[in-house]
Amino acid sequence: MRVLALAGRRLAASLPTLLIILIGLFLLLQLAPGDTVDALMAQMGGGSAEIAADLRAFYGLDLSVPAQLGNYLWRLVRLDLGFSAIYGKPVATVILERLPATLLLMTASLSFAFFFGLVLGVLAARRVNRWPDTLISTLGLVFYATPSFWFGLMAIVLFAVHLQWLPAGGFEEVEAGLTGFARMLDIASHLVLPTLTLGLIFLAIYLRIMRATMLEVLTLDFVRTARAKGLDETRVITRHVLRNALLPMVTLIGLQAGTMLGGSVVVESVFSLPGLGRLAYEAVVQRDLNTLLGIVFVSAVLVILVNFLVDLAYARLDPRIGAGR
Amino acid sequence: MDLTRRATLLTSAALAASVLHPERAFAQETPRRGGIMSVHFATEQRILNPSLQASTGVYIVGGKIQEPLVDLDANGNPAPCLAESWEAAPDGKTITFKLRQGVTWHDGRPFTAADVQFTAMEMWKKILNYGTAVQLFLEAVDTPDPHTAVFRYSRAMPLGLLLRALPDLGYVSPKHVYEGSDIRQNPANTAPIGTGPFRFVQYERGQFIIADRNPNYWRNNLPYLDRVIWRVVGDRAAAAAQMEAGQILFSPYSSLTIADLQRLGRDPRFEVTTKGNEGNARTNTLEFNFRNPVLADIRVRRAIAHALDVPFFIENFLGDFAKLGTGPIPSVSTDFYPQGMPQYAFDRRRANALLDEAGHRRGAGGVRFNLRLHPAPWGEDIALWSTFIQQSLQEVGIRVEIVRLDAAGFLRSVYNDWNFDLATGWHQYRNDPAVSTTVWYRSGQPKGAPWTNQWGWTDAETDRIIDDAQSEVDAAKRRALYADFVRRVNTELPIWMPIEQIFVSVLSKRLRNHSNTPRWASSSWHDLWLAS
Repeated sequence: MRVLALAGRRLAASLPTLLIILIGLFLLLQLAPGDTVDALMAQMGGGSAEIAADLRAFYGLDLSVPAQLGNYLWRLVRLDLGFSAIYGKPVATVILERLPATLLLMTASLSFAFFFGLVLGVLAARRVNRWPDTLISTLGLVFYATPSFWFGLMAIVLFAVHLQWLPAGGFEEVEAGLTGFARMLDIASHLVLPTLTLGLIFLAIYLRIMRATMLEVLTLDFVRTARAKGLDETRVITRHVLRNALLPMVTLIGLQAGTMLGGSVVVESVFSLPGLGRLAYEAVVQRDLNTLLGIVFVSAVLVILVNFLVDLAYARLDPRIGAGR
Repeated sequence: MDLTRRATLLTSAALAASVLHPERAFAQETPRRGGIMSVHFATEQRILNPSLQASTGVYIVGGKIQEPLVDLDANGNPAPCLAESWEAAPDGKTITFKLRQGVTWHDGRPFTAADVQFTAMEMWKKILNYGTAVQLFLEAVDTPDPHTAVFRYSRAMPLGLLLRALPDLGYVSPKHVYEGSDIRQNPANTAPIGTGPFRFVQYERGQFIIADRNPNYWRNNLPYLDRVIWRVVGDRAAAAAQMEAGQILFSPYSSLTIADLQRLGRDPRFEVTTKGNEGNARTNTLEFNFRNPVLADIRVRRAIAHALDVPFFIENFLGDFAKLGTGPIPSVSTDFYPQGMPQYAFDRRRANALLDEAGHRRGAGGVRFNLRLHPAPWGEDIALWSTFIQQSLQEVGIRVEIVRLDAAGFLRSVYNDWNFDLATGWHQYRNDPAVSTTVWYRSGQPKGAPWTNQWGWTDAETDRIIDDAQSEVDAAKRRALYADFVRRVNTELPIWMPIEQIFVSVLSKRLRNHSNTPRWASSSWHDLWLAS
């Protein structure tokens, strides 16, 4: 239970951080030239000054900056994220609509990256400096160095345009009007390419980390002891080395859950997925302050949540942490 | 017996031929019913109701669901839509529209003159961008009977101007849906209710919009299509890939990259054309800030215009999709395009001479002075054009720093804060110079109104011509006044508009009856059909 208390304390400590992030972002956005009415004018292709003044009053932009910030924080205390200027709906609704796609994509590509990173990392470490290691490490480097938009576009050109195996974009096929299991399969087929595109970059990182820690742990004394005990190599690797080598991997997953929420803008744009990344990008371009702050709020909460789970996982992997030394 | 058998054989042979090769069986193809049209929707809009927002991003969706009073025919002349006929009083202050009878809204209520009255007074005059300017002197709309709408103006309204403005600025919304509500927040803004050939079904933000065939459409037995789907694809390269994969049949308004337009133009599956967009002409601008004393000197502005080799730029960067511009009125506007206006051909020696004459001698490194250039962030051509300006002006000793901002930042810096030296973007020409062109030159524009005269330039003569033309009822006299206008502004050069462009459509060759009016991409597509 010490673990829970520890994690709970960290949870409480993250609240002020959240507040500072929100206020900082609000002020930062005030520095960006133009407001949401300018962005709307750009979309409309013109309009008179009276229309602009009218719209500013409509969006509450005629108030002073401190008053706007005060209003925002007061609403936040009441768990009201406000009204989105672009979508004309409550921000909470807008975000909830976009959350499933993001979470699906994030979970799928993180699992993909984690699993294959782990397997390939172990393989590389076992055959260190021989050809499997060289091959795996080179591939990892290639994946890591390739920009994801290029990777995504090439995947579309190959698998959707030429081979026609997978759809070129979108979240699901709307014409078909599928339901139930057929719809699930359809969504899955739409997510294959984005998952691979997003996952490959992360795969490279996991792979490198896994290889390095495996090599490090393999030289430690307890591994020699285990071998001396007469354990077979598979058991040594899975029971002793892998478990210890997993700690940095778990740390990394906590960190990357956050990056992935924001970092999937490119992949979401290339594959036309209705996710949070694209929503955030649009909110910035359109200066939709409420929506952007809402997304930051939700993302921050998700990151805090993931870190909480990571804390719990640490204790499971390394009993010394739970023992509270 | 024998005869009958032969006849049967012949008929079945003809039938087989028509099934296998329909295009050979009939000289004129018979339209096929059914099918789903899928459209590339590049920039999502906040609303879809064209009575409230005049922009191509709204027309591409709302224009299939709602209809205007007047549309354009194949030759660009005003054609009846919801209005069947019109008539202007000799003094130009009263214009009477006879409305179509037996038209119903998608919710089943009848369309009447009350809808026109409400939309004109509450939307066109108060909210619709450009509508507010065109209808500035609209006093009232009388409805003597349910199928007559009489527009009363306090100043003469040229019938030609109104008819050319209405296809874009004359969409009608249902009074019973909007009356007594906050118009800007009405749910119908994103779920529009109209009289058009397609009725709104669903809008999933960030994904798609669906509209289905309206079975009660007033054009009997139309439309041919069962459904229209707009796919939201923000990434240009991804949109091109989706077209190739067959997920998108039509990408309107130059929404793909120039490289993809050229590539798909060589692909036999697609047609890449400016046809059907003649009503959406635009010019690339070069805007000068007169608050910078260097640019207030006409010799400097002319020198800059002379320093740009526009034909070279067009040939090497824009290809077939652009042509040399000659001023604010583009050549597609045959009603107003004036011949023989002052021009600024590429002449580097003359540019240098003018700058010397203005007293700007070359200093260290051959530099005369520095300027900041703000390019608008829409359109790949603007980015290319701004780099071209930078390099061309370098040759005549002007060092240009390019300041790139996003849409909101650009509009704020240029049109509100006046914090620029040069700016470049698009001027949209909307069929009549009085709609969205003269505001670029008329003085007295309120600060902050985008795409208006924010240059710090005032010219009494230009203002007089613009005002006279605005209320001149005689078409020939109006045309002459606009020729005077172009001559004047091309001489004074507060803005230079050296490139003319028309939006480019990319269409699947399966589409039939497409691009058949000058604003086809924006129009209702009631006669569009899909070959199998």
